[in-house]
Amino acid sequence: MQPAAAGAMSPFHAGVFSLVVFTVLVMLFIASQLFLAAWLGEKKKSPEKSRPYECGIIPTGSASFRYPVPFYLVAIFFLIFDVEGAFILTWAVVYREVGLAGYAQMSFFILLLLAGLFYIWKQGGLDWKEAYNRADS
Amino acid sequence: MLLWVAGFIILLVKLTIVLGVVLFLAGYLVWVERKFLARLQIRLGPNRAGPYGLLQPLADIVKMITKEDTVPDGADRAFFLLAPAVVASTAILMFSVVPFGNDITLLGQRVPLVVTDLNIGLLFVLALSSLSVYGVALGGWASNSKYGLLGGIRGAAQMISYELSLGLSLIPIVMMAHSFSMVEIVEAQKSYPFILFQPVAFLIFVVSAMAESKRIPFDLPEAENELVAGYHTEYSGMRFGLFFLGEYVHIMVFGGILAVLFLGGWRGPFLPPVVWLLIKIFLVALFMIWVRGTLPRLRYDQLMDLGWKVLIPLALINILVTGAVGLIVH
Repeated sequence: MQPAAAGAMSPFHAGVFSLVVFTVLVMLFIASQLFLAAWLGEKKKSPEKSRPYECGIIPTGSASFRYPVPFYLVAIFFLIFDVEGAFILTWAVVYREVGLAGYAQMSFFILLLLAGLFYIWKQGGLDWKEAYNRADS
Repeated sequence: MLLWVAGFIILLVKLTIVLGVVLFLAGYLVWVERKFLARLQIRLGPNRAGPYGLLQPLADIVKMITKEDTVPDGADRAFFLLAPAVVASTAILMFSVVPFGNDITLLGQRVPLVVTDLNIGLLFVLALSSLSVYGVALGGWASNSKYGLLGGIRGAAQMISYELSLGLSLIPIVMMAHSFSMVEIVEAQKSYPFILFQPVAFLIFVVSAMAESKRIPFDLPEAENELVAGYHTEYSGMRFGLFFLGEYVHIMVFGGILAVLFLGGWRGPFLPPVVWLLIKIFLVALFMIWVRGTLPRLRYDQLMDLGWKVLIPLALINILVTGAVGLIVH
């Protein structure tokens, strides 16, 4: 990012200031829509209307049920791979400057990442059908 | 000081025009989609409000504003009310790094034709697209509905999975352009668009971005015939409208980013830059609607397999190949 130099508050500079103004405009637009909806919208409460929709059947039990483990696994794998993706990104901007040595180190890292992916694949971490079968038995 | 005020007014006008154009086009994209999809299915589509149904988006807005904004029993009120705003605002803000022309000169000052030229522009897009997961997951979770929760969880898992291949597919672009800044990426495509050199990255990006936008064939979070409407089952009125707006702005943003990264941005012969960018966005949007009219929905395990077992390894190998070729050429 550009250092907070002379142009930081200049309206002629497409920097953070411009982004802040744009963000404020977007927020104002969304707030205006919600305000209009709250002001002009219909307001007739009824217990039937505010019941969660389940195709006309009265809902039983809590809506915060347990859900299958693979979803947690996906979240964990995502964390691991996303952090490593950030590592590759920092190399990508300067890859010509760091030359062959940098490429060798990075390709080792990427191959390691691929090996990790194949390992969790082999271990069944990416299998969805397996999980459903397990839940059935 | 006077110059600053004048500049600020110019900035405000510029940003309001950008916001207005984005919202207007998103509104009419709904019309284009309904019309085009209808023709694909041998129907007529909207044709009552105005000639060819052209006033349909306006009629929709009026209707959504005057509908009741219901909150279901037992919903987590704060998150329930916030979630649609998160989805819509992150989608619109993503557009702020898309450049739509070269600098122009006003009052002896250079006015850049981009909302913000962050030199981490690409990361900004990825960050906002991660943030929009919160809107989906919280919206589904907070509505105290089983359909909503299922849709929200599915949406979160799908979006974070494809987030990975999305980010990894863009690394070769960063390597070729030497920058994360969208303006500099367009600048780097002066002589040729990157799609000629990165067809694999292009394919990975298109598939992952379509999965990110949760549209057919990746619309499992809102699969109508099993989850009613998924994470926005319980939403009504303008809050549903904001989810809807977010989806269509997302299509436009996707078109804009695809144009910037692979198709040379606003560059093109004869016509002015803004027109070229809009043409490219429109073509991408038409492609997405066409896909929606053509493909069936994937199964959830197929969806996850495509992301984790095909796209991510392919993207990693693509990075290795790009790096090797780049070093040999130089």
